[in-house]
Amino acid sequence: MSYDPNTVMGQILDDLPGGEKLKTCLQCGMCGGSCPSGPDMDYRPRKLFAMIAAGLDDKVLRSNTFWYCVSCYLCTVRCPQEIPITDIMYHLKHQAIESGLYTTDAVGFSETFVGQIENYGRAFELGLATQYYLTHHPLGGLKMGPMALAMMSRGRLTLRPHKIKNMSQLKAILAKAKELGAKK
Amino acid sequence: MKIGVYTCHCGSNIAAKVDCEHVAEWASDLEGVEISRDYSFMCSSLGQELIQEDIQKLGLDRVVVASCSPHMHEPTFRGACQRAGMNPYLCEMSNIREHASWVHEDRGEATDKAKALIAASVSRVRYHEPLFPKQAPVNDATLVVGGGVAGIQAALEIANAGYRVYLVEREPSVGGHMAQLDKTFPTLDCSACILTPKMFEAGNHENITLLTYSEVEKVSGYIGNFTAKIRVRARSIDEVLCTGCGLCEEKCPVRIVDDVFEAGLGRRKAVYRPFPQAVPKYPVIDREHCTYFLKGKCRLCEKVCPTQAIDYEQQDRVLEVEVGNIIVATGYDAFDARRIPQYGYGRYPNVFSALEFERMTNAAGPTTGKVLLRDGVSVPKSVAIIHCVGSRDVRYREHCSRVCCMYSLKFAHLVLEKLPGADVYNFYIDIRTPGKDYEEFYHRLLEEGTKFIRGRAASVSDATLGEEEEGKLIVTGEDTLIGEQRRVPVDMVVLSTGLEPRHDSHNVARTFSISCSREGFFKEKHPKLDPIATMTDGVFIAGCAQGPRDIPDTVAQGSAAAARVLSIIGKGQVEIEAAIAEVNALTCVGCQMCIGSCPYNAIDFLEDRMVAEVNEALCKGCGTCVAACLSKSITLHHFTDEQLVAQMMGAMDTLFALEPVPMEA
Amino acid sequence: MKYAYYPGCTAEASGAAYDATSRMVAKELGIELQEIPDWNCCGATEYFSIDHLPAYALVARNLALVDADETPQVIAPCSACYINLKKVDENMLKHKDLRADVNEALAEGGLSYTPGTVRARHFLDIVCNEVGCEAVREKSVHSMDSLILIPYYGCYIGRPEQNFDDTENPQSLDRLLSGLGAHVPDYSLKSSCCGGHMPQIGMEIALGILRRLLDLAAKLNGDAIVVPCPMCQLNLDAYQSYVNSRFGTDFHIPIVYFTQILGLAMGMDPSTLHFGENVVSVEPMLEKLKAAQPIEKPKKKRDKKALPMPLPLSQDKEQL
Repeated sequence: MSYDPNTVMGQILDDLPGGEKLKTCLQCGMCGGSCPSGPDMDYRPRKLFAMIAAGLDDKVLRSNTFWYCVSCYLCTVRCPQEIPITDIMYHLKHQAIESGLYTTDAVGFSETFVGQIENYGRAFELGLATQYYLTHHPLGGLKMGPMALAMMSRGRLTLRPHKIKNMSQLKAILAKAKELGAKK
Repeated sequence: MKIGVYTCHCGSNIAAKVDCEHVAEWASDLEGVEISRDYSFMCSSLGQELIQEDIQKLGLDRVVVASCSPHMHEPTFRGACQRAGMNPYLCEMSNIREHASWVHEDRGEATDKAKALIAASVSRVRYHEPLFPKQAPVNDATLVVGGGVAGIQAALEIANAGYRVYLVEREPSVGGHMAQLDKTFPTLDCSACILTPKMFEAGNHENITLLTYSEVEKVSGYIGNFTAKIRVRARSIDEVLCTGCGLCEEKCPVRIVDDVFEAGLGRRKAVYRPFPQAVPKYPVIDREHCTYFLKGKCRLCEKVCPTQAIDYEQQDRVLEVEVGNIIVATGYDAFDARRIPQYGYGRYPNVFSALEFERMTNAAGPTTGKVLLRDGVSVPKSVAIIHCVGSRDVRYREHCSRVCCMYSLKFAHLVLEKLPGADVYNFYIDIRTPGKDYEEFYHRLLEEGTKFIRGRAASVSDATLGEEEEGKLIVTGEDTLIGEQRRVPVDMVVLSTGLEPRHDSHNVARTFSISCSREGFFKEKHPKLDPIATMTDGVFIAGCAQGPRDIPDTVAQGSAAAARVLSIIGKGQVEIEAAIAEVNALTCVGCQMCIGSCPYNAIDFLEDRMVAEVNEALCKGCGTCVAACLSKSITLHHFTDEQLVAQMMGAMDTLFALEPVPMEA
Repeated sequence: MKYAYYPGCTAEASGAAYDATSRMVAKELGIELQEIPDWNCCGATEYFSIDHLPAYALVARNLALVDADETPQVIAPCSACYINLKKVDENMLKHKDLRADVNEALAEGGLSYTPGTVRARHFLDIVCNEVGCEAVREKSVHSMDSLILIPYYGCYIGRPEQNFDDTENPQSLDRLLSGLGAHVPDYSLKSSCCGGHMPQIGMEIALGILRRLLDLAAKLNGDAIVVPCPMCQLNLDAYQSYVNSRFGTDFHIPIVYFTQILGLAMGMDPSTLHFGENVVSVEPMLEKLKAAQPIEKPKKKRDKKALPMPLPLSQDKEQL
């Protein structure tokens, strides 16, 4: 059976190496049973795959499932059909951003992180936390206070970001990569 | 030369992708073609009569049938030619189904390929020569390899018909896996009760030579006339003197874990019978563990034996037997659950394999039938049974092992029967009950209150949380019917391990010149129409060695293999393939390269004339010697150089004519 | 032994202790580390989800900056950095288009990378398999036999592919620590996830995950959980008090890097091993070590009634 390339399934089949294995899902539930963040996902991966096969793209892309994925790869190594589940989760995040359908603010964390890399070349943990919580969870950020203080008092949160020397080189590389990626 | 070409539609199997009418018309212009026809089913009586009539009326001297694989219908069309008075080797087949219609999407391409294949055959068939197969007598003895229920059944059928059977078993007793089981699904009758009479009969039948603790080392020959070399390992027991009283076993001071019959759950002595009803009744001394063989001291068994039957000096014997047919029924290995680390087998004491659980529920087993935890004392209050362990998983075994659903249901029933009030959980992906009264058994289990969780269990661990889980094993998984993660604390976990090919199945296959399918099970001649025979004539397969199956199917296959053997014995004669190699003694330089290359030891060196000669009865026509011959002195009949070159040229000429490809010098 | 060295961003802040002690231990074991000049972030688990190709280019810049002739292998102490470096190298080798695109992007910065020329290795892999547990033991002067150490590997040691250790039941850290004399229980959650980025996006889940890990370690009377990954360290250490207040538990289990334990074993002064940076105090563990009371290993009683138990696959000599 062929899939419309504009659907979630079609994009996974076309773009992702090994993505065609998604068609072989047996719905056994090994992934959902193994997932550490499974209890709080809208749908466990197994169900999400059934929804993808059924063409419920809108529901799929609005779900929090892939944002809650911790990339532990437990589902991937256990899947009896060798479906690259974690990679599919990455791909769904990408599809959700592209389509603008995501509702979770987890994307904010990823985007904040990426924004830092693009500015400094390195991750800046304090900045990440501050920026992310200020923009996404002003109250959640307060809860994180004790931890941040404990970390800072032990010298484990630096106050200033480290920046790589040749930032212009990295920027040029990333810009080109984005340009090439967008063409596809 | 008058060639007839017959293009088959095979219903729509070929006609859907190949324009058969057009192909037939096109073929009529090929050189030497007298008549070219197409027909919906060439293999039907009417189709065959069409060929016969043409041979007789038009005086055809060659026939090309373009249809399916020669594996399928070569005998059919050769038979038709023979009935019309033509030598069957003057008939050639073009496989335009498996090689064209079934493998091409595009109708034009498939049609072109069919043309090329037919042209190749027309070009080749011109060089065919009449060949005359020889007849050989059939030895009416049979070798049955494997003394499980399949081998026992086959041996008894043949022996009861009045013919000699050599039944060879690797272990000290016949019985196989079935002898380990307690109850059998779905009727719950006692496995030993139904098997032991057959074991006894096989052990005492006047026509059966039972060779236990033995292995077939080498097989040579061909259908009707095999020679098998069998190593009979030294039991260290004189079978003439031994009465089977068991005193030696009782007094033996060595106790080791029995990984074979007790599946690791029980222990046995160094001199032992695997189980009380063992056939034959004589014990063996396990020389790898016997103190006398290891340290040169002990000899306690010798002291206590009332009949002086202990013989430490006994040597292996190598027997050579002549048989006409062979049945290979070597069974299966249970999947080793330790290979799936997240199920904790070998890590947590209270995780058991299916065979361990079979032994546990068996009244003659290590716990005398009580369901107990590994401490040998505590009784579990809750049991989780995990299906598909090692099966339906491309990382281990892709196949469904066919019996696990049913035996898992049986386990659940046995737990509830022995421990009323226990909680029993079945973690399953699909419940498969394809057998007589199997679905009814499933319904019975539902009524009995077994809890079914639809989802492959993800893991078993000892990471408990809170007091009520203390000391339990936690089975996690997704209950896919409600879409929630489940965390089930239980006292005992049973892993329903799948059936896999014997670890040495590839070596065994080589011994008997048969092949293995991708998984490692023995490959049958045809998956549907000839599941008993192999590609080697005279060698048949039965039971789980061919693929996972339950007891009724295994017994049926054992009988079926026996029927095949009996029909060959009944005929008394076999035809020997005529497409074999021949050495030209005039040009042979006597280098003997061919002799080393022949996989069937079919070439002899004639010392007096200093030339090689092919033994017609042993040659299988594989052609290896032809390639090895330095002086080009060997011809393989029916595959001569001229025939093969003509075949290739026929295909090439057509392809170039259809779509000219510029050739560079 | 000379290797390229990729410290990773945590080396500059939350995981500074790991970076520092890795360098100390490497020196002691005769491993020369050549830090990649001007390295950048590996993108962690975030960049790959946002934009595929820039994520590859980001990591590939690091590989391109390695002098592959001099150091054809790069050590990453952080597990996430390790699998990102590895994944990018392997996928560039496997997929021609990706290789071309990434190199086209790198060319904008005057760089290029030939996949297969720089092999990523985890520091634990180097210590266990290049130096070897035996050689490490020979260097050690302090027995750890007064400590119960919980080996916790996290995700990326054996996943997504089995590399130098098993996907579900890795052994290298177990062997390393028991080689140093420590009592090392079979910690069945050893390769479970620490929660990764979940504290940031779903605190409730994260705390549940961490609680289970801590609970089992406490049940096994662990004096410390030993980790080879700064993310695992951060989550278990920094959020331990959150777990306690959320679930009413009272965990005080120090979370230490395996390099810190190696440092102790090799006789380095504890004050140089950055234990002060831990949120959960390491003092009780250090006190116990100083007191040097060997843990009595429980004697194995042979229970006559007990049924035989299958050997673990690794100990079964007959395995195929």
